Amino acid sequence: MLLGPSLALSAVLFVLGVAGVLIRRNAIVVFMCVELMLNAVNLTFIALAQLHGVSGQIMVFFVMTVAAAEAAVGLAIILAIFRHTQSVDLTHINLLRG
Amino acid sequence: MASNVTVTTVIFYVFAVWAVGSALLCITRSNALASALWLVSTMFALAAIFVILQAQFIAAIQVLVYAGAVMVLFLFVIMLLNLEDVPHDWKRWPAWVVGVGLAAVLGTTLVTLHSYTPARLAREVSTMPSPVDPRLVFPEGNALAVATATQGAVGSVAQPLFQGYLIPFEVTSVLLLAAVVGAVVLAKKKL
Repeated sequence: MLLGPSLALSAVLFVLGVAGVLIRRNAIVVFMCVELMLNAVNLTFIALAQLHGVSGQIMVFFVMTVAAAEAAVGLAIILAIFRHTQSVDLTHINLLRG
Repeated sequence: MASNVTVTTVIFYVFAVWAVGSALLCITRSNALASALWLVSTMFALAAIFVILQAQFIAAIQVLVYAGAVMVLFLFVIMLLNLEDVPHDWKRWPAWVVGVGLAAVLGTTLVTLHSYTPARLAREVSTMPSPVDPRLVFPEGNALAVATATQGAVGSVAQPLFQGYLIPFEVTSVLLLAAVVGAVVLAKKKL
């Protein structure tokens, strides 16, 4: 069953992803940390799907689809940013700062 | 049966430690390529955990789509941009303050979550004023095992997906089409 350990592992992975988003400056690494957070949430869905039936797994299916679409669009945006500033350092992208 | 459960638990913890270690390395490596490969390792460990949690089909999809397709896309972009190693790829102290705060939150969350059992979940759902029917929470926790035994690992996912979730499934294809068009529009130099 392993419901408690799975939820705990999911919490650890999610916080690691949040920490990565907060402390890294490379836009691609930040993006990968977002993927890590999505994976942590998928683990929660699957752990609880053991109890509630297969709907949780179908939700994971949709999360994966959205993640794939998000990765394609996000990486295209990073490419466009790189072409504009010759860097993917998020601290250099401050055009909107007042 | 008892030794069986113990072996499963041990394997679960092995892969859990693997996943957390890889995730830690993923967010601390200064080389983006190394980060991406450690993230693949994390996703592989998670796929193994999905198998332990009786989600065999999702585990296969995890390896094929996430560790395969999505991460190959990341590696392509990293190599395309040809980024050099940044030795100090860290933000300044405000980010670190938030990070330490988050670690404290994690500590308290872990203590609560680790002791979660199906029985406790059923008790909480049945006492909460929530729209969830308490009967939906099976204290025995075998809803998925029954479905898998009667329909197989793929069939138990496919039947509700193509019956109850058919409209969301079709909308997903529109989303993917929009993503493809959007990626081309954003990444192309001149349209």
